[in-house]
Amino acid sequence: MTILTQLKEQIAAQLPKLDMVIGWERGYDALHATPLFIRAAEDVERLQIGPLAVHNTATYLTGLKNKKVGLVVKGCDSRAVIQLQQEGLINRENVVVFGFPCDGVVDLTKLRREVGDLGRVTEVDASPTELRLNLDGQERNVALADVLADKCTRCRFPNALVHDHFAGTPREAHAVDDDYADVLAFESQPLEARFEHWQQEMSRCIRCYACRNACPMCVCRDHCVAQSRDPHWMTQDDAVREKWLFQVIHAMHLAGRCVECGECQRACPVDIPILALKRKLNKEIKEVFNHDAGVDPNAIPPLLSFQVEEENINERGW
Amino acid sequence: MAEAKFIANDKLTAWLDELSATMRVLAPARQGDAVVFVPYVAGQNVELGQEATAPPKSTVFPASEDLLRYDYRKNPENLGQVDVELFPTITPEPTLVFGSRPCGARGFLIFDRVYDGAKYKDPYYLARREATLFATIACLKAENACFCHSVGSAPGDAAGSDLLLTPMDDGYVVEAVSKKGEALLGSSLFTAGKKKAGQAKKLREQALKDMGEPQDFGPAKDKLLALFDDMGFWEDVSAKCISCGACTYLCPTCYCFNITDENAGLTGRRVRSWDNCMSFQFTLEASGHNPRPTKAHRLKNRVGHKFSYYPALHEGIIACCGCGRCIKSCPVSVDIREIVTKAMAHQPPAVEEAAK
Ligand code: SF4
Ligand code: SF4
Ligand code: SF4
Ligand code: SF4
Ligand code: SF4
Repeated sequence: MTILTQLKEQIAAQLPKLDMVIGWERGYDALHATPLFIRAAEDVERLQIGPLAVHNTATYLTGLKNKKVGLVVKGCDSRAVIQLQQEGLINRENVVVFGFPCDGVVDLTKLRREVGDLGRVTEVDASPTELRLNLDGQERNVALADVLADKCTRCRFPNALVHDHFAGTPREAHAVDDDYADVLAFESQPLEARFEHWQQEMSRCIRCYACRNACPMCVCRDHCVAQSRDPHWMTQDDAVREKWLFQVIHAMHLAGRCVECGECQRACPVDIPILALKRKLNKEIKEVFNHDAGVDPNAIPPLLSFQVEEENINERGW
Repeated sequence: MAEAKFIANDKLTAWLDELSATMRVLAPARQGDAVVFVPYVAGQNVELGQEATAPPKSTVFPASEDLLRYDYRKNPENLGQVDVELFPTITPEPTLVFGSRPCGARGFLIFDRVYDGAKYKDPYYLARREATLFATIACLKAENACFCHSVGSAPGDAAGSDLLLTPMDDGYVVEAVSKKGEALLGSSLFTAGKKKAGQAKKLREQALKDMGEPQDFGPAKDKLLALFDDMGFWEDVSAKCISCGACTYLCPTCYCFNITDENAGLTGRRVRSWDNCMSFQFTLEASGHNPRPTKAHRLKNRVGHKFSYYPALHEGIIACCGCGRCIKSCPVSVDIREIVTKAMAHQPPAVEEAAK
């Protein structure tokens, strides 16, 4: 039995006890999956998993309080569930998690770099190693490894870390450790170059806040500082200064809470590589507090706790 | 109109250089992994082969603009009295938008009925609109998300443009659509294009044919209104929406704005900036009440406005140009075509059989 068939059976069996189960289905074309809200037995058939099922289903959880929600999760999605649970933002009893072993998902931005404009893809065939595309009448083969999301190449938790049901057999992790090489490489540049990079990147931001709304851990939503009108913390200007300020706020609010699902960056319609900011803060958190977000349901995020003396901060030595 | 001209591929940059010597030229350029309109400077890369990620909306309707500046002045004779001095700020710059697609240019025809209507004239909009020209490139191949042919347009639609360029193998056939566009055809870089114009027309017609049967969204006007109170329908179709606003900010026809006063001490600016009906603040009232409290109410507004309320006020014209950006740039691939189609097909639930 394939993993998908097994998942469908598990979901069908639980559905009568749930308001909905959130997974993925084919979207408007062969390349785009879209979140699927399963409410009726016949919806189960539309479920899809695989390298195009990019969305983090946990993003919807905080908006569905008081509902009984089933969630189909990849490893990274499951970390968001754990993190939300850690912070008391969801009632775990109302959530039924369907996990499976994830082989990684495609970063459409990387795919675009490989094959060009993606507006006219008519067919996609995914094997565990390769993506076969029909692009405007032409066959293109792309090695999956070349277009996997960066998060997947360094994924330590491909199997759902929490689950009430699991389909298939757990797979081995893609990586055992994250050395934050990307962050270190960026930091090796002079300060001016780094500032220039962000000014240039943020200049095309349209202030749509897709980065914020796609983030499972951004929970202020309608009351975000970026848009609150009273108090009016940020101007309405279309200025790099405001856009940049928001990204820094987002990164700071996510320090030690960001599960690095990459949804913020994936959602950005103008492809601003903002995950780097969150990675930077997570790297610091890891160094100082030895904490990984969304791994242990009983842990407390370091910036949400207080200790008179932190182990790794030498407060008296200076 | 003047006869069609032709410009060879290798003359295109020279023409852009000429044009940008006399006015601001905005052209699509690759920035990181996106394609956005930026002021053209000689020698810069221009990306004409694909639809730009963001439309040229901000050229006429900036994401934010100062409506006026003001200074508060205390009256030295009477310190309790504060006067305000206002400085209006209308400063349009003659601009040519080069390389937009027909849908991007046509978007302003939807704006015009609102900001240049019989009742209201928006001086800021009018000044920029007047100063901005469009040299549009016809699409010879639609993308999966395109549906301009279903909203009264076409991949070769010239409406709203001043020049229409049709790509050929070796260059572009350039045709004037307006008097202002005609004035741009003086360059010695052009050769005669009359002979090629027929072929260009054929290519544009073929592109339209390739898009297949258009959908008829006409009946949506009344259907959507009939569904206004059916929140079950709206909750269902908006379930996956994350309420971000990318769809409206990228929409060439979305024209809603917000006005804020940005103060600093005794001086300030009154700023007009894009608003969008997908955000909670859109209709948040000063009392704290919000008539559109959930994403379902808000998505209903977006779809309803484009396919029902606007057409009801404007001779059936749909306030959507079919560019498909709200579909392909939506983080969760919400498809407005699908929602409208569902609404048109929606049957009210059958009346329950008489209670047993
Ligand atoms: S990060 Fe891991 S769990 Fe998440 S999509 Fe990639 S491989 Fe799957
Ligand atoms: S900040 Fe980005 S990567 Fe981190 S949890 Fe939010 S969406 Fe995921
Ligand atoms: S998603 Fe991208 S464009 Fe939108 S606000 Fe975030 S960074 Fe800016
Ligand atoms: S439809 Fe898509 S782009 Fe628009 S608000 Fe919803 S999620 Fe964002
Ligand atoms: S109401 Fe919504 S859909 Fe209509 S123009 Fe305003 S932002 Fe766009």
